Amino acid sequence: MDNFEPKIVAFCCNWCSYAGADLAGTSRIQYPPNIRIIRVMCSGRVSPLFVLKALSVGADGVLVLGCHPGDCHYIEGNYKTLRRIALLKNMLAQMGIEDERIRLDWVSASEGNRFVSIVSDITKKVKALGPFRKNFEEKEHG
Amino acid sequence: MEEIRIGVYICQCGLNIAGVVNVEEVAKYAGTLPNVVVSRHYRYMCSDPGQDLIKKDIQELGLNRVVVAACSPKMHEPTFRKAVEDGGLNPYLYEHANIREHCSWVHDDKKLATNKAKDLVRAAVRRVYYHEPLVIKEAPLNPNVLVVGGGIAGMQAALDIANGQHKVYLVEKDPSIGGHMMQLDRTFPTLDCSECILTPKMSDVGRHPFIELLAYSEVEEVSGSIGNFKVKVRKKARHIDESKCIGCNVCEEKCPWKTDSEFEMGLAKRKAVYIPFAQAVPHLAVVDPNLCAYIKSDGKKCGACIKFCEAQAITPETLLKQTDQIIEFDVGTIIIATGYDQFDPSVIPHYGYGKYDNVLTGLQFERMTCAAGPTGGKILLKDGREPESVAIVHCVGSRDQNYHEYCSRVCCMYGLKYAHLIKELAKADVYEFYIDMRCFGEGYEEFYKRLSEEGVNFIRGKVAKITDEALSDEEKGKLIVVGEDTLLGKIVRVPVDMVILCSALEARSDAENLAKIFNINRRADGFFLERHIKLDPVATPTDGIFIAGCCEGPRDIPDTVAQAEATAAKALSLISKGTITTEAAISYVDETICSGCGICEALCPFQAIELQPRDGKRVSHVNEVACKGCGACSAACPSGAIAMHHFTNEQILAQVEALFS
Repeated sequence: MDNFEPKIVAFCCNWCSYAGADLAGTSRIQYPPNIRIIRVMCSGRVSPLFVLKALSVGADGVLVLGCHPGDCHYIEGNYKTLRRIALLKNMLAQMGIEDERIRLDWVSASEGNRFVSIVSDITKKVKALGPFRKNFEEKEHG
Repeated sequence: MEEIRIGVYICQCGLNIAGVVNVEEVAKYAGTLPNVVVSRHYRYMCSDPGQDLIKKDIQELGLNRVVVAACSPKMHEPTFRKAVEDGGLNPYLYEHANIREHCSWVHDDKKLATNKAKDLVRAAVRRVYYHEPLVIKEAPLNPNVLVVGGGIAGMQAALDIANGQHKVYLVEKDPSIGGHMMQLDRTFPTLDCSECILTPKMSDVGRHPFIELLAYSEVEEVSGSIGNFKVKVRKKARHIDESKCIGCNVCEEKCPWKTDSEFEMGLAKRKAVYIPFAQAVPHLAVVDPNLCAYIKSDGKKCGACIKFCEAQAITPETLLKQTDQIIEFDVGTIIIATGYDQFDPSVIPHYGYGKYDNVLTGLQFERMTCAAGPTGGKILLKDGREPESVAIVHCVGSRDQNYHEYCSRVCCMYGLKYAHLIKELAKADVYEFYIDMRCFGEGYEEFYKRLSEEGVNFIRGKVAKITDEALSDEEKGKLIVVGEDTLLGKIVRVPVDMVILCSALEARSDAENLAKIFNINRRADGFFLERHIKLDPVATPTDGIFIAGCCEGPRDIPDTVAQAEATAAKALSLISKGTITTEAAISYVDETICSGCGICEALCPFQAIELQPRDGKRVSHVNEVACKGCGACSAACPSGAIAMHHFTNEQILAQVEALFS
């Protein structure tokens, strides 16, 4: 399992977290290449369906990143995400899916460092959990 | 359906991308993907020849979708959308993959970075397959401008715009405009008198036919977007009749109730009815309702001002019945210039501010040296004596991990100015404790050199504490500044009569609330965030809202004025165009599916959705001007009836799926 490299999808909002990821780039801060970013205008656009889809097609972890509470470009989209992801996690837990595979967090446009530490952290944790599909199918059938 | 023909272009960005990502391999790989007709890599896609490649291929190869993999879409998505449009396609038939900021700049393993670039390109190719042409509409822009804050930044921006004969609403929370600059005595490095250069501008603002000055007022609510903001301002009750007050000051002379003057930084008193300072604009009295005995006793006590006001501007009616007014108006652009707060040094207990009488802040010292100030321009100790020695402590609350990590940028220079004034006015010894001397502006280094020759004692080191505990006879009755002289490598104790703390400039205490009202962002240090630190320094991420001066971070007067002029230029350029393009990537409803449950209506933060009757049922309707395109509604719709253009489920799910195929 040591050579397992997880694939993680990150949904980033255009105004804060995507810009934070850009800043990490501009500042040339290195992080694990396991992450693939998908841009949405607001974390409030992230439907639970997106998270489930990512897991079903091969993601080992999903990150949803929005603006810090109170800083949402669309006033309160991130609060909607907060509630949605909480409900989704509740459901996923009942299906035996590990909590650490899904993470909702906040990154502002000026927090390149924070983006990197969140990405590094989830990569490390998901790597320790192992591949999602294999684990999930073993649980399903085993 | 027409055949989808996609062109893919991988940018080398010199070596920025090609140095890590094997662009040739990625381009070759992209050529094998379904529907990709042509795939190229090029040195700089954003250059004219790079853009011409796209236009030529659209025309010659009949492309109807384009993907460019390059830097962040925040840099060049608009560039390539334009190129696609020039080539004859709808600009939304374009998708951008970020393989620089999100790939080559953050990964050094060439193989893994190349694989990641392939994934991102594949996902973009799959997504663009589902893109649809969208129509960009134009709407008129209201030429009126709101300027928030009547300090030097706000005044300058307001004057620049008003001189172009466009209406400006200037909102100032204090009873007079002027801001912090009005409190300053002399300005570095030229030592010209602050009020002498500021008051002509204040008068210009006060009498300008295109400026509507709303002093003693605060913005309460802003809705709408660029071109059409609706603004609600609370004009606080002055408890006088503004149309009658002639600013004669008799009420202030007769008023028996006193408190610390905000303008004089607590070094003098003001009355319950007062005019903040002699040159106040507007020159009107204001009544402090928390201090006025007449108001507090509901008309049973005092009333001296009513009796002596010959103009009858103060009456029982104005004192007891006058309430705040809500003023509403529309503007097309907004400039925020709300300035800074001075850091309160009493939170650093070992500096003794608030404990020892003769430990002052910078702004207090400014008032002291000002000829119109509480001491008539004399530097005096609390007991009325002139000091024989003064210490100036730099970086109080700045460059300090416990308070603010940033440099406040002006303290070195005003610290030097204080040293000069102390030498000139009090002939006292000066000890200047500094960490680094930052004298970067025009004439600043020269000023430092001049001061070095005026006999000031410069001590390089941070002050550990200020105490009155004497260890020797020489220290008795003095304030002892204890610090390390890092150049000599030893601890020093300097007994002085007065200490001036160069307090940091920090974000306004209400900055968080303002950020919410205007829907703009703040940095971790609390100041407002610019759109781009270098290339768009006065814009905010919210279109049509600009920021100038210290609300964006500490800066000196020349920089503040330059920024204010920049915001005015930004607003004027929008006004001269006269129209704005509306967002095309907004929500839309499939009325045949909509069940009229109203979840989206309740969720929409912009009140852009409302249920409307349609053929005997109720369905959601999107107001295209109000919708900002966040997509929260489409994520919540239980029947999938409401979707967001350019961010449809189909497009995003295709992109997710393609990452793993």
